[in-house]
Amino acid sequence: MKLVVNGEKVEIPHTVDRVHTLLQHFNLDQKVVIVELNDEILEKGSHQETRVCDGDKIEIVHFVGGG
Amino acid sequence: MLKIGSYEFKSRLLLGTGKYPNFEIQKEAVAVSKAEILTFAVRRMNIFEASQPNFLEKLDLSRYTLLPNTAGAKTAEEAVRIAKLAKASGLCDMIKVEVIGCQKTLLPDPVETLKATEELLKEGFIVLPYTSDDVLLARRLEELGSHAIMPGASPIGSGQGIVNPLNLSFIIEQANVPVIVDAGIGTPSDAALAMELGADGVLLNTAVSGAKDPVKMANAMKLAIEAGRLGFEAGRIPKKRYATASSPMEGMSIG
Repeated sequence: MKLVVNGEKVEIPHTVDRVHTLLQHFNLDQKVVIVELNDEILEKGSHQETRVCDGDKIEIVHFVGGG
Repeated sequence: MLKIGSYEFKSRLLLGTGKYPNFEIQKEAVAVSKAEILTFAVRRMNIFEASQPNFLEKLDLSRYTLLPNTAGAKTAEEAVRIAKLAKASGLCDMIKVEVIGCQKTLLPDPVETLKATEELLKEGFIVLPYTSDDVLLARRLEELGSHAIMPGASPIGSGQGIVNPLNLSFIIEQANVPVIVDAGIGTPSDAALAMELGADGVLLNTAVSGAKDPVKMANAMKLAIEAGRLGFEAGRIPKKRYATASSPMEGMSIG
């Protein structure tokens, strides 16, 4: 399946079909991250059940140092 | 106590988390500063480098209140999006509205700042807008319902200190919500002056992170803010044009 993650085209296995498993795929499931799926911000509790589909646009953001 | 929305803080120093030499120094500086509010920015993650360490992971989050900023936003719409992203982390409901209108001076865009503040207040955020030292703009932001007003002392990261203490004192005088002097602080005396003018807090980053010894400077800022606050509460003496002797004139044993 093809996705656009943080502006980059990526190819991921079809077994990765939820936001939660996508985060696992990138080793991000233990990190504090916020996910936006097709311009819609996801609440943390919905990562488990939210599906990702071919062509989805995903933004994964986090907190970095700033003033 | 510094009260912002439903929160209460003992410390009046709000510390930024950008540009420290390394995490170890940063961790120590944060600890020494006794700051309870830490600011962060929201950025895209490098998904191919998940193992990259992140300062947030090194913190005991039960001890700190996170104040994410909307830095990077040039419009109200972008600021609102960043604020919503930050809130979706489930870690915070406070937001520092920062909408930069000029890349050279990094001064905030007043119109977009107002718009973003209004929208985020409607959405239920605890909103702390970063603003210029414009007195009327500060009033308008308060009238919208902002939980604190954060006027800049001088441009971000410039270390020029308080360039317009008069405006700042007008802002402080008129405000019924906390006024936190944000940006431009260079030295402990700048921070102390802000507090002596009656500010409720000071937010700084580069003054500590860019110091030769950030840990020592964090301590200096903590002490300066405490001293400035005490001085404000104690009430300064009026300035006089000529001298007034501190020692009595009576009982002199000479002449």
